[in-house]
Amino acid sequence: MKITDKTIDELAHLARLEFSDEAKERIKEDLGRILEFCEQLNEVDTEGVEPLIYMSDVTDGLREDIPAAPLPKAEALKNAPKADSDYFKVPKVLNKKGTKEN
Amino acid sequence: MEINYDAYEVVIGLEIHTQLLTKTKAFSSEPAEYGAMPNTLVSVVSLGHPGTLPRHNKEAVNMAMKVGLACKCDINRYCLYARKNYFYADLPKGYQITQDKTPLCSGGRVNVTLSDGTQKSIELTRIHLEEDSGKSIHDMDLYDSLIDYNRAGTSLIEIVTEPVIRSGEEAGLFVSEIRKLVRYLEVCDGNMEEGSLRCDANISVRKKGSTTFGTKVEVKNMNSISNVRKAIEFETKRQIEAVETGEIIKQETRTYDAVRGITFSMRAKELVNDYRYFPEPDLPPLVISDEWLEGIRSSMPELPEELLYRLVNDYSLSQYDATVLTETKEMAAHYLEVAKHTKNYKAAANYLMGPVKGWLNKNALEWDDLTLTGQRLAGLIDLIDRGVVSNAAAEQNILPEMLNDKSANAMDVAQKLNLIQNSDEDFLLGIVVEALAMYPDKIEEYKSGKKGLLGLFMGEVMKLSKGKADPKIASQLLREKLEAQ
Repeated sequence: MKITDKTIDELAHLARLEFSDEAKERIKEDLGRILEFCEQLNEVDTEGVEPLIYMSDVTDGLREDIPAAPLPKAEALKNAPKADSDYFKVPKVLNKKGTKEN
Repeated sequence: MEINYDAYEVVIGLEIHTQLLTKTKAFSSEPAEYGAMPNTLVSVVSLGHPGTLPRHNKEAVNMAMKVGLACKCDINRYCLYARKNYFYADLPKGYQITQDKTPLCSGGRVNVTLSDGTQKSIELTRIHLEEDSGKSIHDMDLYDSLIDYNRAGTSLIEIVTEPVIRSGEEAGLFVSEIRKLVRYLEVCDGNMEEGSLRCDANISVRKKGSTTFGTKVEVKNMNSISNVRKAIEFETKRQIEAVETGEIIKQETRTYDAVRGITFSMRAKELVNDYRYFPEPDLPPLVISDEWLEGIRSSMPELPEELLYRLVNDYSLSQYDATVLTETKEMAAHYLEVAKHTKNYKAAANYLMGPVKGWLNKNALEWDDLTLTGQRLAGLIDLIDRGVVSNAAAEQNILPEMLNDKSANAMDVAQKLNLIQNSDEDFLLGIVVEALAMYPDKIEEYKSGKKGLLGLFMGEVMKLSKGKADPKIASQLLREKLEAQ
């Protein structure tokens, strides 16, 4: 797979990141090398082999519907970069119509 | 330009998100409740702290399976959870846990009855389990958006239909049917205004007879059944007009503005969101055993459709009466309870659908608040059927008393209010004679053919007897007397 400027732009958009032109060049090279390295996996013949998704055979991970105490609000908000006494605060994420993006 | 709207058909697929009534969230154990103070129902899991692991709530799976069985879906026995990745502040982990290629339920259908009486089966694509996001508040703070994570991680199911819906009416009926179903199953309160049941529609139009699809537009924010219908009708018209005037329909998300009755663009899907689904490595696969599935199957309550069929077939009710009575599980249960104690099924239906329901509405009460037992209401119906009290006295005087008094039975109230009808023929005959004597000229008119005058005489008989004359016997006596004059 060829990493182009367009690939970088799309990935940056999905990750909500912005790069300078100089950084973009560096990332393009790095990503290219990472992908190239991974290409080696394609040399293995995986015909008829089920993908390995889990490292354990556990299937019963379910829990009963019994309430436990929530995290106290002050603790929940403690690590937030910005908060008031009730809410987490983030920069306004609105488009011009006042609706959220997702 | 004259537009022929009938040359087009609309193609609609619905997605319904339903909040499950579990006590705890989907993947963590803090309580899942609506209306708590902000950020008081959170945990390190729902806040997406590093190093934490989700564990799925078994009850959420139970509830989803019930909905799947009720919709005649295939229940998949081996399901993987998936991550749906996107960045948004109300999704602290940066991904939503959902099901992608292996939903819990596949296929299935829900029947609706259209206003012209035809039945239509709406096929489902799937029902899958997932978690809800938190809530963003954009208008409380000048500079920032405020986030409340109480809803983050609560249990949802998403019900997805095939693109087989062909009108706003069908869409509205489908949503009502789903809402009725989840309420019967007691898995969701079905409150669309509070958002515990949310509906999105994918809408496109095409020329009738065409087999390809037009560009689809997603419409959100239809928070009532009538809004679902109105939004779809608006959007259909808008798209047909766009096609006719050569405008290109953009693939986009639009929101419904209920005040103005229009849809408007929220965002163009130019930069297509790539959700990069992949299997959730933090959760083991969900395996549904035979015993588990059978346990759920055998715990299923009677469904509205089955109940309706039974009311029509076993209780000889009309389709209409049966539909009204099965509107809610509670009303249906009350009906069955009354029907246990009387054979007059139609009268039982009339009383519940008319005066009892009216009284509940007037007092802002629910069926569960009703203290009038089936046995007591059946007792009242029996008094009417035996001619002990008149229908009017029963409905206007006795029933209200019984609704307000937790234990009063019909006969006691009738006696107390002095409403026992007099069917004693000698007593009635005296009154009949008295009534006839008041209008000698009308007797002549009656005899010359104005049979409608019987009503006038009956009115007098009821007045003279203070409403206690048995109308059946009294009118028979009146007729006999009039003929004999």
